[in-house]
Order: sequence, then structure tokens, then C-alpha cells
Amino acid sequence: MKNKVLYTINKSELDKLIGILQRDGYRVVGPTVRDGAITYEEIESVRQLPIGWTDSHAPGRYRLNRRNDDQLFGFVVGPHSLKKFFFPPKQRLFGIKRDGESGYVFEARQPDPPRYAFLGVRACDLAAVGVQDRVFKQAMAEPYYAKARDDALFIAVNCTEPGGTCFCGSMGTGPRCTEGYDLALTELRTTFTVEVGTNKGRQLVEALEHETTDANTSHLVDLLMDNASEHMGRTLDTENLPEILLKNLSHEHWDEIAKRCMSCSNCTFACPTCFCSNVEDSTDLSGNHAERWRTWGSCFTLEFSYHTGGYSRSSPAARYRQWLTHKLANWHEQFETSGCVGCGRCITWCPVGIDITKEATTIANDVKRSRANQEAKRLEEVGS
Amino acid sequence: MISALDQRPSIVCGEANPMAPAWTRIVACQQESSNTASYTLQFLDPEQKKNYRFQPGQFNMVYLFGVGEAAISISSDPDKCDSLVHTIRHVGSVTFAMNRLGIGQCVGLRGPFGSSWPLDECRGRDILLVAGGIGIAPLRPAIYQLLKNRDDYGRLILLYGIRSPQDMIFKEEVEEWMDRRDFQVLITVDYPSEAWTGPVGVVTKLLRRVRVDSSRTSVFVCGPRVMNRAAAHSFLSHYVPEDEIFISLERNMRCGVGQCGHCQYGPKFVCKDGPVFSYESVRDLFGKDEV
Amino acid sequence: MEPGPYDIGLVEGSISTPEEAERIVQVRKECRFLVTIGACATSGGIQALKNWADVEEYKRIVYASPQYIDTLDTASPVAAFVLVDFELRGCPVNKYQLVEVITALIAGRRPQIATSPVCLECKRAGNVCVMVAEGTPCLGPITHAGCGALCPTYGRGCYSCFGPSESAAAEALCAHCEKTGTSKPTIVRMLRSFNGYLEPFKQVGDKYERQAVNN
Repeated sequence: MKNKVLYTINKSELDKLIGILQRDGYRVVGPTVRDGAITYEEIESVRQLPIGWTDSHAPGRYRLNRRNDDQLFGFVVGPHSLKKFFFPPKQRLFGIKRDGESGYVFEARQPDPPRYAFLGVRACDLAAVGVQDRVFKQAMAEPYYAKARDDALFIAVNCTEPGGTCFCGSMGTGPRCTEGYDLALTELRTTFTVEVGTNKGRQLVEALEHETTDANTSHLVDLLMDNASEHMGRTLDTENLPEILLKNLSHEHWDEIAKRCMSCSNCTFACPTCFCSNVEDSTDLSGNHAERWRTWGSCFTLEFSYHTGGYSRSSPAARYRQWLTHKLANWHEQFETSGCVGCGRCITWCPVGIDITKEATTIANDVKRSRANQEAKRLEEVGS
Repeated sequence: MISALDQRPSIVCGEANPMAPAWTRIVACQQESSNTASYTLQFLDPEQKKNYRFQPGQFNMVYLFGVGEAAISISSDPDKCDSLVHTIRHVGSVTFAMNRLGIGQCVGLRGPFGSSWPLDECRGRDILLVAGGIGIAPLRPAIYQLLKNRDDYGRLILLYGIRSPQDMIFKEEVEEWMDRRDFQVLITVDYPSEAWTGPVGVVTKLLRRVRVDSSRTSVFVCGPRVMNRAAAHSFLSHYVPEDEIFISLERNMRCGVGQCGHCQYGPKFVCKDGPVFSYESVRDLFGKDEV
Repeated sequence: MEPGPYDIGLVEGSISTPEEAERIVQVRKECRFLVTIGACATSGGIQALKNWADVEEYKRIVYASPQYIDTLDTASPVAAFVLVDFELRGCPVNKYQLVEVITALIAGRRPQIATSPVCLECKRAGNVCVMVAEGTPCLGPITHAGCGALCPTYGRGCYSCFGPSESAAAEALCAHCEKTGTSKPTIVRMLRSFNGYLEPFKQVGDKYERQAVNN
């Protein structure tokens, strides 16, 4: 990765890039300051980027702060991921009215998704898109997702200053973008270095004023990346974690977490990989028109596990356990990847600040300790 | 896993959208018991009618205009895919509403979804079927196939548990099966009527009345959770191997394609990895609460 | 009331007088589906705040001639008196939810009224969490959805006009609010508004009140 050719562009070229994307029919989505946070919205110019802003992250706490420079991407991740663009929070799947041979006809098809160009997405967000692809772009692809996803363009930005709840380093997804991007930028003082990921990306660079990055600058980027890796706000030891979690579904710590967890579902909606949904069939008062809607759903709600005769997961402890074990353990068997990309959103945006890395580590450490004790005891018995 | 998925019949749906139903018409309706009826559905679209295929144990999502959708197993013969029978107990919104529909009316359908009973893999073996109540519905397509290819299998036994004699569904057929010499059918009831002379009690008690050769028996189980659990444990104690016990699990299937997440059972999506599982594949969670 | 029977009866308001307590029994008899709508009918409402007070004292303070006032000691939800088929929360109720309940009953299905917390609606709307980003106390995590996260959408905390959600973790939320600087009396006031007499708001509110008094 480190020997990939880098190009350098001046920061002033970024507005030109946005212009080219707009001309190519893309809706450009980038980070912008809104309601006290940096969120992904449609933007039209560089001026809308969070120039000179940064964010501070702690469990259950997020604040915007002023930087002492004019960096465009001097923050980590906001409350929103790219999920909402491919898998909208509320989506009408179809409408039906009474008519025709069956008595029912489908109304006009749902409109196609816009073509999005995402500017300023992070390595963790790219990784999350890859994780969701495995859910929605399988044999029975979700049509809206597949179309939006195939049409999308990604201009990523490498993180040089990880946040307080970041742990992409532990999950192997960042801080440097390694796949899934068309272009990956690294922000320096007056320039960006650019890595090209696709032909589409190459065409964009060629349309901009660019030069090949010199060796010193290239080395500087590597140093920045190494430094970022060493300054993650959180870490998670993933070794044997799936096995440890799945073998300890009765661990007392699940109940301890449930005393703090409100089952409010914020973590699942902030999570860029959580994919669960509810399907609702509704009618109008005339009874002649029906619709089916898909909305984001959460394993933290009681109704999520409703079936004839009761609820599969009635206790909040079982629901937290389902979420965490799904994310960090069962996902591997389902999709051959972890469900967690280490973006830290579930930690920051948990209203009471429950920390997935801390809870998983508490259980893992306790299990490892008791396993070690048992082993020591066994050896002692063998010895005596 | 992937290759098994590829061999499954392709899914029929409407509007090129896996979440949109195709339309079928109710062509026959048979009351099976006080709260259960069988509906025969035919696709309106001739192409869909011609191309639809399913395997025993699979289910469809049945959609009622404006009411919603429910996962219903297919209870008819897979060799007669132009008419699909769904046997429905009226317990929820959708199934109650179904009760109000008559012949000629249309319902939506997506499917078939899920895994099937491993009939091919079990050739040459004794097959022991355990059904509880409506659980006989997803087993009936397998029974049709087993009887049609009777010589390919060893002994064939059905243990069928019902609440009371009047709750028996597929009554005429079950009686025909009982008359066959190559099919041992035992029925037990929880609440006997005065006329009932057969066994009384849970279905696992019937095990005492049959000979199980654990080295050559495959077991197919479908019933309420408590029964599934008891049956699986009984067979394990009869030394039937874990990978020869197959159970059809019920969970809240909503999308059918492993995308909505509702039916997750540990690492499994019951809608696409199941509903039919080998005991071995769900051993760690089987019978556990709150998972 | 015109004599019934009615397919659907909608009831607003709490039961707070002896006359209402009698009338609701008759209403129940006349309706196939009895649906209570609004915070008053489903929790006792604001007037249920008198359940914590001395009603005789209130009567003396408020009315010039208290002897004409005939009231029960408590204001209660309708469901405390008769069987209710569906409770539609909110102060006021959401009109789309009301239409959904009526439509569903006509169509013969379960009304699709989520009992989960406001947070789900808030996040689906793309709001920035006021609790996390601003430190504003918000009852959203323990409040029944249905308003479309109206208050957080305008940058203020939820004050639970829809009452407790399913498995509302009032204890956990209040512990966190206290830890982050909300005083005990404020927590009591947060819980005791439109739906303060519903559990678990009542129990947790009472607990914090006792603690506030003891301090």
C-alpha cells in the first residue's frame, strides 16, 4: 500500500472537483456543520465543508470545537454514516390499488436513487459500505441499495487525527483507506495528496491540476498514518473474541450492562453496518389503497422479536447481548467479516455512554482470567 | 452453504422486487379443523404458474391486501406446483383475515423461501417424522415424495401429536396413510374424546411404540417449540446422531431473504438458512431462552 | 350518548369524577372496540398530578364554593376502570396514528403503532441527538414513539407527552441525568408531567422525590 503512486493537488482544486462531479450528474454529498454536529448533507461548494472545525468524542458526549487552523477535514466522523443514502431510514417499497384482474394493481415503480458522489468519507465508512454490501447485494439483491451503490462515487479522506471513541485500528479498517474508494485524499497544510483507486478516479485527477507527489511528502503521509494508528481513542482485542462471547451467553456482565442500557436503539441506528428493518403494510381509510414501507428497525425493540405466542428476546439484557454478539461474533459466520468497523459511533451516540469496547473487554478479560485460573488449578493438581 | 442456495428453486415475486408479491387466486378452500383451513392458490400470471417450483419444507410469504404478510409453509405436493396449498391456523392478523376471503379472491405471494427436508441425502434410510399440530403441514410435501419414491427408503414412520381428536388436520389422508402397510402412523392426543381409543399424551411417548434403529434412521421434526425440544432430546438419547435429526424452526420471518434481520437465531437467518436445520447446526442455541 | 351499539368508541379524558366512573362502564358495553386516546385517557393526564396532593386542599384553594365540587381522590386512566382494546398515546395524539388505528380496525389487523422509544423516530429523521451533542436532558430514550420526535427536531429535549415506551428504562436514564448534573427535584419534575402517573415514571419519580426530601 505504501508504495502506491501519490499525486498532489492544491486545495483550491477541490471546488473544481465538485464542479466536475456536478457536471457529470452527481449529487455531491459531503460533511457540513448542522445542528451542532458534522453531518453528511448535499453540498455545492467547499465553503460548506466544516472549515476550521473539529469534533471531540467521548462515551455519550460529542462537541464541536474550533481548530486553530483552516483544515477542511480536521474532524473524524459525525452522527451519520453513508447508510442513510443506500438504505433510507424510511422507504416506500410499493403502492397497490384495487383494480384489474387480480383486483389489485401496483402503482408506478419507486423512483431510482440519485447518483451520489461522496466527498470526505473515512476509511471506517468505506469499510462499513463493504460490510453492508454483503447483506444487500447478495443473491436476492435489494434493488434500491444495489442501484444506489453501483452508481456511487467515493472520494475518501484519510484520518490523521483519530477521535476519542475511534478504534478502526483494532478492527483493521483504518485509519488509512485501503479499498472501496475512487480517490483517497490526505489533507496537508495547503495541498492534498491523492491516491487513485479506480479508473473513474484517475479521470478525475487528470481533469485537475496535479503533479506526482515527491518522496518527502509521500513519506510525510506515511508518518501521519502511522501516528494516527498509534493514537486511537479506543482499542479492542479481537483475538478469540467471537468464541469467548458465544461461549459466555450467560455471563453475569450482560445483566450488569442491562442496568445501564435503555434499549433505546440509538447504537443500532448510528451504526453504519446495522441493517435490520421493519416492514409495515398500511391502508388508507377508503381501503382501496395499500402501501408497503420499510423503516430502520432495531433488535433493541421488543416488537422486533415478536412472533405468534410471544417475544424471543423479552429482557433488555438479551437484546444488548444479541446486538453485541451479532456485531462482534455471529457476523463472522453470516458474512465472513466482523460487523464492527470501529467507527465509535455507538459509543459516542449512546445517550448514556455505553462503550462496546469496554463491555466486550470486561467479559473477555473475565473469561480469560477464569480460564487461566482453571488451567493453573489443573496444573497444580497434576503436580501434586 | 452458497452452493446449496444456488440449487434452490428461484424466487417468484412481483415488480422485479423481492419484497413485492406476485398475485395468486384462491381456487379451493378446505376447512381442516375449527381453526385451521387449507387454501389452494394459483398464480394469475401463466409464466409464474408454469415456472414456480418448491421443495418440501419451504415456505411462502402470503400477502393480504392492506393487512400484511405472513410466512406460511407449503403443504402440497411439489410435483403439482401449479396449485399450491397453504394450511393456515387462524392466530394472527393475516391468518384471521385469510379466514374472511373466499374462493376467487386474490392474495399476494412471494417465494419459495428457505431450506427443505433432506430427502435426497436420506435415501436408503429409515425416515421417522414427528409432527405436532399444524406442524404436519410442512411435512406433508415430504410425505408425498417419500410415498412416491417409497422403494428408495427404509421404514417410514409418522408420529403425530394433536390436542384433541377433532384438531386432526388432513384427516382423510392420514387415515389413508394409516391403511398402508408400508407406512406406520401413530397418533396421540392431549385431550381424548370419549370415542378416542388411541394413545394419550405427548408425542415423544409414542417413541416407546416404535423401533428406532439409530444407525439408519433420519428424523424430521416439526411442531411447537416444547415438542421440538423434547423430540430432539428423545432421539439423542436413542443415539440418533445429531446430524440425522432435522427440525423445522419457527421464528418471525418477515423478508424471506435474510435482509430484515428479524428471524435471526444466533448466526442463522431462519428464513434462508432454515427453517429446516440439522440439530447439529443449531445445537449451541437449541432450547435456550432469550436468544 | 346516543344508544349504541358502536363498532369503535373513542374516549378522551381521564376518569376523575364518580359520574364518569359510572358512565365509562356503560360506554364499554356499547362499543365493540373501545379505544382511549390522549394522555388523559391513557395515563390520567396532567390532572393526575392531584394524585400526589390533598384533593380537599386543592378544592379549597381553587374554588370559591368547594362544596359543589364532586370529584374522586384520583384522576385515572380509563383502563383502570374498564377493559380497553387499544390505547393511543400522546398529548395531543398524532392524527396519523388515529387514522391508522381506525383504518386497522376496519381492515381487521393490528394497528401498527410502535411502542418503541422516540429515539428511533429521531434517528430516522436524521436529527442530531440533543443529549449527546448538547447535554440537554431528554426523555426520548424512555418515551413512547408517535410524535415523530417533534421536540428534538427543534433542538429541545423530549418531555414525554406520549408517556413511557415499552420496557422504559427510567431508572437508567435518570441515573445518567443525575450523573451529568441534573438535580433530583428537576428529575422529579421531568417525570411528573402528562404521564407521571404511569409506571415506571411514577415509581422512579417517587424514589427521586423521597431522596430529594431526605437530602
